[in-house]
Amino acid sequence: MEEGIIMFVLKNVCYKDVLEIEELVICPQKITCIIGESGSGKTTFLKMLDHLISPDQGTIEYKGQDIKALDPVLLRREVILLPQTPVIFPGTIKHNLLIGLFFARKTVVDDSTLLEIVNKIGLKRGLLDDASTLSGGEKQRLALGRVMLIEPEVMLLDEPTSALDDDTEAKTIEYVKNYVKRRRKTLVMVTHSKQLAKNYGETIVTISNGKLVSIEEVA
Amino acid sequence: MNGIIEIGSWRLLVAYFFLIVLLILIKGLEIGKEKEIIIATLRMTVQLVAVGYALDIIFNQSQFYISLLILILMQYFAIRNIYSRVKMPLNNKLRRVVVFSMLTGTTLTIFFFLVLVINLKPWYEPRYFLPITGMIIGNSMTGISLGVERLISGVTAKKELIEGALMLGATPKDATLDIVKDAFTSAIMPTINSMVGMGIVFLPGMMTGQILSGVSPLVAIEYQIAIMLGIIGSVSITVFILVRLGCQTFFNRWSQLEDTKGMGTHPW
Repeated sequence: MEEGIIMFVLKNVCYKDVLEIEELVICPQKITCIIGESGSGKTTFLKMLDHLISPDQGTIEYKGQDIKALDPVLLRREVILLPQTPVIFPGTIKHNLLIGLFFARKTVVDDSTLLEIVNKIGLKRGLLDDASTLSGGEKQRLALGRVMLIEPEVMLLDEPTSALDDDTEAKTIEYVKNYVKRRRKTLVMVTHSKQLAKNYGETIVTISNGKLVSIEEVA
Repeated sequence: MNGIIEIGSWRLLVAYFFLIVLLILIKGLEIGKEKEIIIATLRMTVQLVAVGYALDIIFNQSQFYISLLILILMQYFAIRNIYSRVKMPLNNKLRRVVVFSMLTGTTLTIFFFLVLVINLKPWYEPRYFLPITGMIIGNSMTGISLGVERLISGVTAKKELIEGALMLGATPKDATLDIVKDAFTSAIMPTINSMVGMGIVFLPGMMTGQILSGVSPLVAIEYQIAIMLGIIGSVSITVFILVRLGCQTFFNRWSQLEDTKGMGTHPW
């Protein structure tokens, strides 16, 4: 990662009547938390960064280039979005972990690496267990583990701990934070919890009713 | 005994006795479908008489442009039929894929079959060209209808999985692979299954017709086997083109999954 390059720049972005952002910069190797009540446009914001939807107006730049000029699939291999409702593919836990590496065209890893990640995200299950039998919280962690295995440049996490209890939430986020910092990655995390944002965010962006309310740099 | 016994108009009228039986039964049971049954029988009679005369004229002409014109008409009606059979809204891109897959898949198979398998000379000889073309187009039409339906219902039902795959960096082709496999399988299975009972549970129509007209059963089975393989070929090629290109129509130029609801209603 070259020094001085800004990860994302949004200018005069407008999406239907859901979201309107005049200007926003997302810095590399930082943890940016997006907070706001439900329905405020946070998920739309993440989907736009991943180019799963395109703004009606305005531009979004990724590393200095308009994302409309980039190959969307290659962009999504560098910038991975974890949706709030985890997507679980039919099959085992192992299959669900490996399918991410396949989609992103990354090298397949061996079972010991998979087990390591399963343990770190606190899944007390075997690799060959059927993923559809997992609870909501376990599915959420499995989907998170799958994203981390890909080691993307940017992780966009949409309420990654919404189905977890407080204790597991803290452990999981702590793990994600250490992971991001150690590997010098960029993290953008949507959350409704101000406390979580305060504890982990280096930049806190507040959105309300589809409009940017404040950008706060945490020392 | 060679050749076929001519039924003739008077004895054909006797066959309508079965219609009277049906009407009496319906009346007795007070089902009240007399009108529909009479209309259906009339349509069948008029349509077949018209086709009989038309084919008689066409067979006597044996011109390549007539055979080609009828091929085009058959394709047109088959495609219209697909549009009306599929009970879900079809977007215009998918409609174009239906046209493309029908035209390329069936035409390739038809000419391969007529020239290399039957060795038909001239290639447009209507007595062979029309029934064989009809069977290949008809079966491919059924396959495409099933394939389109499964494709649309698959993409609609698995929207979250497709988007989830895209978020992990999947290409649209990766993201729809399971749906494509499923649509392909369900579209070709009826044809595969129909081969299983063939000759035991029923005698296929073409073979029955040939046997009735005095053709040796050994020749009739040759034709039946050949046409079944031709049908399999055509159904697989058309459906394969359909599902492969069809799944791409659900995405825009930025590989974003588009709304699966129909965007237009005009047929082409």
